[in-house]
Amino acid sequence: MSILINRNSRVMTQGITGKTGQFHTRMCREYANGQACFVAGVNPRKPGEDFEGIPVYASVKEAKQQTGANVSVIYVPPPFAAAAIDEAVEAELDLVICITEGIPVRDMIRTRYKMQGKKTRLIGPNCPGIITPDEIKIGIMPGYIHKKGRIGVVSRSGTLTYEAVAQLMELGLGQSTCIGIGGDPVNGLKHLDVMQLFNADDETDAVLMVGEIGGTDEEDCARWIKDHMQKPVVGFIAGVTAPPGKRMGHAGAIISGGKGTAQEKLEVLASCGIKVTRNPAEMGKLLQSVL
Amino acid sequence: MKIHEYQAKEILQKYEVVTPRGIACFSVDDAVNAAQQLGGEVWVVKAQIYAGGRGKGGGVKVAKSLDEVRQRASEILNMRLVTHQTGPEGQVVHRLFIEQGVRIEKEFYVGMVVDRRQQRVCLMASSEGGMEIEQVAAATPEKIHKVFIDPVAGLRAQEAQDIAIKIGIPEQSLPQAIKLLQGLYQAFDESDASLLEINPLALTAEKQVIALDAKMNFDDNALFRHPEIIALRDLDEEDPVEIEASKHELSYIPLDGNIGCLVNGAGLAMATMDIIKLYGGNPANFLDVGGGATAEKVTEAFKLMLRNPKLQAILVNIFGGIMKCDVIAQGVVAAARDVKLAVPLVVRLEGTNVDLGKKILADSGLTIISADNMADAAQKAVNAAKVQ
Repeated sequence: MSILINRNSRVMTQGITGKTGQFHTRMCREYANGQACFVAGVNPRKPGEDFEGIPVYASVKEAKQQTGANVSVIYVPPPFAAAAIDEAVEAELDLVICITEGIPVRDMIRTRYKMQGKKTRLIGPNCPGIITPDEIKIGIMPGYIHKKGRIGVVSRSGTLTYEAVAQLMELGLGQSTCIGIGGDPVNGLKHLDVMQLFNADDETDAVLMVGEIGGTDEEDCARWIKDHMQKPVVGFIAGVTAPPGKRMGHAGAIISGGKGTAQEKLEVLASCGIKVTRNPAEMGKLLQSVL
Repeated sequence: MKIHEYQAKEILQKYEVVTPRGIACFSVDDAVNAAQQLGGEVWVVKAQIYAGGRGKGGGVKVAKSLDEVRQRASEILNMRLVTHQTGPEGQVVHRLFIEQGVRIEKEFYVGMVVDRRQQRVCLMASSEGGMEIEQVAAATPEKIHKVFIDPVAGLRAQEAQDIAIKIGIPEQSLPQAIKLLQGLYQAFDESDASLLEINPLALTAEKQVIALDAKMNFDDNALFRHPEIIALRDLDEEDPVEIEASKHELSYIPLDGNIGCLVNGAGLAMATMDIIKLYGGNPANFLDVGGGATAEKVTEAFKLMLRNPKLQAILVNIFGGIMKCDVIAQGVVAAARDVKLAVPLVVRLEGTNVDLGKKILADSGLTIISADNMADAAQKAVNAAKVQ
């Protein structure tokens, strides 16, 4: 099964005519079933053109009608990215993955408001994307570091997720699906949403959860795990050494008003029965220990 | 991005938020002239720095004559103001704000932030004005009232009235308080603010509701559409190293340790700091070179770290995804030569083109301590820093 995406997903790229959109669409297409999965591009000013054989449509709605695409990945520049999400939601796609970093929070608040009651799920923005190894990769992560298996990975970070995956691979542990939910304060799927999906997925045996300072997503997820999760979960939280009041790269990675510290998160996770490590080099080993 | 109190008040006045009359000054003479121009018998001389806690630090003084304005202004201007937010080194005061004194009957707190769980702007208000809101939240959470604002409808008059009543605004002042709260939200929304704090909001003897202080921060991601806010930037208030870093699109935050870290990705950069600490060392900085680092960017990153006189070792931790390890390795070699590196350098490369990257480092003739994984890298960096 895996979660959210598989070899049958059909994907359109919003922002396919930009350099980033083209580079990553090419990389995703070369991965596993990518050739069959990546079927359309969208650019309102360049309908009728194609990118290496992928047809470009004027709108998400048209791309969906013409190709049956049910997923979109967005590389549109920050000033226009929230509107691109809105368009995909309006067209009732199943899933939107927004890679774009730097979208104003005000735009995202309005976009999330408009998403209420709609069927579309959002991953990101400011995220590496999602991969179901050996089936499909949608996003900017290096595909070759992954292998199909039964461990779910959910993280707010990009390269730290790659690090986690590499540690799993060192131990021979493949992944069912790996999701980077992104480093922005206002975003789509949270740790909790992804955890629920992993819990329900037949092909996931255990979950590695990678969090970081800022907000309370990890705590919310931990409390749910305590009462509902039927599979082992292990966790790492980055930023024990982060000073308060400073934004650590990600827009959402900030300890504000004394809230959202790594220490606090680790304590809540542990109190909810989740095994945690303070050593980022031992995420893989910790997960192996609960299998 | 942050701005000064007087700048925040100028923005808020456009939204019909009442503030005391005031004039910003850069010299003692200007301050006296400003007081004269404002008239009245009581003035407040306020240090303008970004950090909070100015009053307790001695940066806000009342003056009851023009002579006293002169005296207070000369005390505060150019003083090194230390507050709980500046750190022990404090912040030199380059600007003053002279305000007309106000007769205060009662003080309140009003703040706005983006609430991550609700994914809306949250208006917080409390009867406990002038206090640190974190302290109020810890000691008497029931005294903080919240409204999560509908982004389409904005702050409704009814919501504003309810919260105003809850914090104890008297009935006769309610119409003005409603207008003020709605003005605050409109200012927050239209200027892409990330934080707005009025602490205290005051009820005057004349029953007017007035913003005695004002603090506004803005969403950096939205500055592209606010040239008027970028124009308010005061470089005196920013760390010169952070300014230099932002020019090269590097995310850099100095810390007080001795092991410099150069990492790609914010999460991995934080984790690298954490593991250094875990192994008994101290990180000198947070530094994320981002996803598209070039050799030039890596060189600039090295230069930033080397500005720190305490630096005793450097740890480069790269997980190449889109960024290729050979490109990073070339950058590291070029940088080490360019800056004539004198501290031990530990490099851990993983990911795309890792073998090529390791070969470039090995063939460079430079003394580079190569590490196989994150734990190995941290251990080696901590040891290297101890030997120094």
